[in-house]
Amino acid sequence: MELYAILKIVWAAVLGVLFIGLGTMVGMDMGVGTLLRFVGRNDGERRTALNIIGPHWDGNQVWFILGGGAIFAAFPTLYGTSFSTFYVVMITLLFSMILRPVAFEYRSKADSRVWRASWDWVFLVSGFVPMFIYGAAFGNVLEGVGYHFGWTGQYYQDQSFLSYLLNPFAILCGLMSVGLSVYQGGAMLMLRADDPIWSRARRYAIGGGLVAAALFVIGGIWVQFLPGFVMTAPVNPAMPANPLHGQSVAMVAGGWMYNFHAHPALWLLPLVGLGCMLAGVAMLAAGRSVAGWWLGLGAWAGTITTVGCAMFPFLMPSSTAPDQSLTVWNSTASEYGLGCMLVVAGIFVPIILSYTSWCYYVMRGKVHTADVVNDTHSY
Amino acid sequence: MEFINPDVVDLSRFQFALTALYHFMFVPLTLGLTFMLAAMETVYVVTGRQIYKDMAQFWGKLFGINFAIGVATGITMEFEFGTNWSMYSHFFGDMFGTPLAIEGLMAFFMESTFVGLMFFGWDRLSRQAHLAVTYLVALGSNLSALWILIANAGMNMPEGAHFDPETMRMQFESFVDLVFNPDAQAKFVHTSVAGYVSAAMFVMGISAFYLLRGQHRQFAARSFRMAALFGIISTVAVITLGDVLGRLDYEKQPTKIAAIEGLWHTSNPPFEPWIVAALPDDAKQENHYEIGVPLVLTPLITHTFDQPITGMHELEDQAGPRIRSGIDAVAALRRYGVTHSGTDLAQFSAHEQDMGYGLLATRHAPGQDVTAIPADQVDDVVRATQPDILPNVFVTFWSFRLMVFLSLWFFALFAISAYLSLKRRLERSRLLLKLCMWSIPLPILATEFGWITAEAGRQPWTVFGWLPTFLSASSHGMSYMVFSLIGFVLLYSVFIAAELYLMFKFARLGPDHDSMEPHAPAAPMVSAFDMRPMAS
Repeated sequence: MELYAILKIVWAAVLGVLFIGLGTMVGMDMGVGTLLRFVGRNDGERRTALNIIGPHWDGNQVWFILGGGAIFAAFPTLYGTSFSTFYVVMITLLFSMILRPVAFEYRSKADSRVWRASWDWVFLVSGFVPMFIYGAAFGNVLEGVGYHFGWTGQYYQDQSFLSYLLNPFAILCGLMSVGLSVYQGGAMLMLRADDPIWSRARRYAIGGGLVAAALFVIGGIWVQFLPGFVMTAPVNPAMPANPLHGQSVAMVAGGWMYNFHAHPALWLLPLVGLGCMLAGVAMLAAGRSVAGWWLGLGAWAGTITTVGCAMFPFLMPSSTAPDQSLTVWNSTASEYGLGCMLVVAGIFVPIILSYTSWCYYVMRGKVHTADVVNDTHSY
Repeated sequence: MEFINPDVVDLSRFQFALTALYHFMFVPLTLGLTFMLAAMETVYVVTGRQIYKDMAQFWGKLFGINFAIGVATGITMEFEFGTNWSMYSHFFGDMFGTPLAIEGLMAFFMESTFVGLMFFGWDRLSRQAHLAVTYLVALGSNLSALWILIANAGMNMPEGAHFDPETMRMQFESFVDLVFNPDAQAKFVHTSVAGYVSAAMFVMGISAFYLLRGQHRQFAARSFRMAALFGIISTVAVITLGDVLGRLDYEKQPTKIAAIEGLWHTSNPPFEPWIVAALPDDAKQENHYEIGVPLVLTPLITHTFDQPITGMHELEDQAGPRIRSGIDAVAALRRYGVTHSGTDLAQFSAHEQDMGYGLLATRHAPGQDVTAIPADQVDDVVRATQPDILPNVFVTFWSFRLMVFLSLWFFALFAISAYLSLKRRLERSRLLLKLCMWSIPLPILATEFGWITAEAGRQPWTVFGWLPTFLSASSHGMSYMVFSLIGFVLLYSVFIAAELYLMFKFARLGPDHDSMEPHAPAAPMVSAFDMRPMAS
C-alpha cells in the first residue's frame, strides 16, 4: 500500500482515539456538570463536586479542542463541510460549551445565592447539551447529510438544519452519549467524594450506564434497517484528496453492516462496548469506583470503534450526492501535512499523557467539603 | 454555480471580527500576567518572603477571572473557521490546520493542564515544583500565541505552500518555511510583548489605585515598581518589532503598507512626508486635510533614503495585467477539472501565480462566472476589479496611527513611572498615579488597533494573493448569521458584565482579603452559609 494511503488510515485511527478521549474525559466533566444540581443539595456539597474536577476540567477540555484541531489539520475539507452544514447545531454546541469555563471560575467568587444558583443551571445546560449534540452528530452522520460540492471546492447545503435537530435516530445517539457522560461523571464523583455525594453519584451513574447500554442495543438493531453507504466500484486509497472525482457510492439498506459481514471479528467491538457498560454498572453497584471509571473508558472505546468500523472509509456521507461523500480517502490533508502532523503527535502525545497523569496523581485523594469552603483557591 | 450572498460574507466578517477582537481583550493579559506571576513567585522562592507569595496569589486571582473568558472565547475562534469560513478551511486548511493542531498539542494542553495545578496546587506541591508549574503555564500560553501567529502569518504571507490543481487547494510543502516565515517571527514577538505591556499596565494601574488610597502600600509599591520596569522594557520591544513588521510589509504586502501610510501616489524619496493625520477618502482615492512631517517616511519604512514606496494608484495599475492573466488561469483550471488534459494544465501553470487575481474578478464577471467572460467585456471586468485590490484605507490608516500614538504614550508613562518609583517619589505624584490607573484599558485598545491594522490591511484576501475574502465564506443563508450573531451579542455581554463585576470586586478587596486566611489556619469548619439548601 502506498505511504499516503497508510497515513490516511493512521489519521482516521488517531481521530478515533481523540473521539474516545473526548467522550471519556470531557464527558466525565460534563457528567459532573449535569449531575451537579442533583448530587449537591447545599452550597458546600456542590462546591465539593465542582472542586473534584476543578483542577482537571481545563486540561480535559483540550481533548475537545484537539479533536476539532485534528479534524482541521488532518481532514480540512471534512472540517469545513461538517462544521458549516451543521451550523445551527455547532453554534448551539459552542454557546453551551463556552459557558462552562466561565461558570467554573465565576460561580463561587460571589456570595449571592441567586448568582450561584444561576451558575448551577449553567452547569446543567453546559454539561447536558454538548454531550447530547456530540452523540447526535454521530447519529446524523450515520444517516447521511445533504450537501454537494461546486467546481471550486465550495460546498452547498441541500437540507434544512431542522432535519438534524428532529431526527429520532440522532436523538437516540445523543441520549446514549449523555448516559455515558453521566456514568463517567458519577464514577469520578465516587472516586473523590464521601457520602452523601458518593451514594447519590452511585445511583445516577448506575442509571446512566443502564440507559446507555439499552440505547446502544436499540441503536444497533436500528442500524440494521438504516440505509447505509457502500462503494460500488474500487477506489484508489492514495487518490488526491478531492471529493469531486474518483468515487462511486450507493445507498443500500443495511449498508453499514457490510464491514461486519466481511470481517466477523469486528463483532467483538460492540460486544466489548456493551460488556464494559454492564460490567461497569456492576462494579459501581459494588462500590468499586476505580474499576468502574476504567470500564467507562472501555465503553466509549467500544462504541466509537463500532461506529468507526461500520462506516469505514466513510466520514460524512452525502445523501444528495453520494459520489461526493467525504471519506478517509478524499478529504484528508496532503501526504506531507499528514506526515508532519504524525511526527509532532508522536512526540507530544506521550508527553501530554505523562503530565496529565502526574496532575491526577498530585490531586489524588478524597475532596472534603470542609477543606473546599476554607480554601481561597477553590472554586 | 450558486451566487455569493454579499450580506452573508459581510456578516461573517463582522462576526469574526467581533469575536476575535473580543477574544483579544483577554489574551494579552494572559500572555503578560503569566510571566509576571512567574517573576513574583521566583522572588518568593529565592528570598522566601511572604509578600511575594501574596503578590503572586493576589494577581493570580485576577488572572483567573480574566483567563476563564480568554479560554471560553478562544474556543469560538476554532469553531468559526469551519462554521463560517468553510471554503477557506478547504482551500488553506492543509497548511493552516497544522500550526493550529500543533498549538493544541504543544502549548494549549500544557497551559490548560498546569493552570489547574497553579490554582489548586499551592498546598500540594513543594515551592520549587509550584514555581515550575507557573513557568509551564507562562510558557504554554506564549507558545500558544507563537503557533497562532505562525498560522496567521500564513494568511498574510503564504510561504511553504503551493496551489495544487488536482485537489483545488493550497498544499502544504515545507514545515521549515511555515515556521520560519519572517512575518510569524516578528509578529509573535510584537504581539506577545504587547501582551506584556497590557499586563504591566494592569498591575501598575491597580497598584496606583491602592497607593492613591493609601492601602496595602508595601504590596502596591513593590507591584508597581516591578510592573513599571517590565512595562518599559516591553514597550521598547513592541515598538522595535513594530518597525520590523513595517519593513516586512513593505516587501511582501505593498497594498497594506500603502494603505497604512495613506500613500496614493508612489513616494518621492527622501522628501516624502510621514502623514501624522489626514482624512483618507476611499471613494475619491485621495486624502483630505493632510498634516505631515517631511523627510520621515522613506527612512521609517524602507530603512534607506532612496527607495521609493509604491503608491496605491500605481499598485492598481500593476494589478491590471495580473487580473487579466488570472482570469485565464481560473478558466483553464475549470476546464482541467473536467478534461484532466495536459494542454489545460499547461495553460493553467502558465498563469498560476495570478490565479488569486482572477478569482478576485468574480464579483464583476457577468453571472459571477470568471470562466465565461465574453472577450469584449474582459477589459471592463479588469478595470472594475482593479480598485478591489486595496484594503479600506481610512480604517487601516487610522487604526495604525491610534496604535502608534498609544504606544508612545505608554513609553512616556512607563519611563516616568519607573523613574519616580525607583526614586521613591511615587506617592507624591498623584496625577501620575491617576494617569496610570486610567490607562489600564489603553494597551488592550492598542492591541485591538494593531489587530485591525494587520487584518483589515490584509483585505481583500484571506490568503494574501491567492484567495479573496468574499469567496472564503460558507455558503449558508442569512438566517444562520442572524441566529449566531444574536447569540454572540447576548452571551458575550453577559460575560463582560460578570467579568467586570468580579474584577472590580476583587481589585477593590485587595490582597489582604486573600492572604489573611492562609496566615491564620482556623479549624476547618463548614459554616451555615455553606450548608444552606440550594433550590433544586
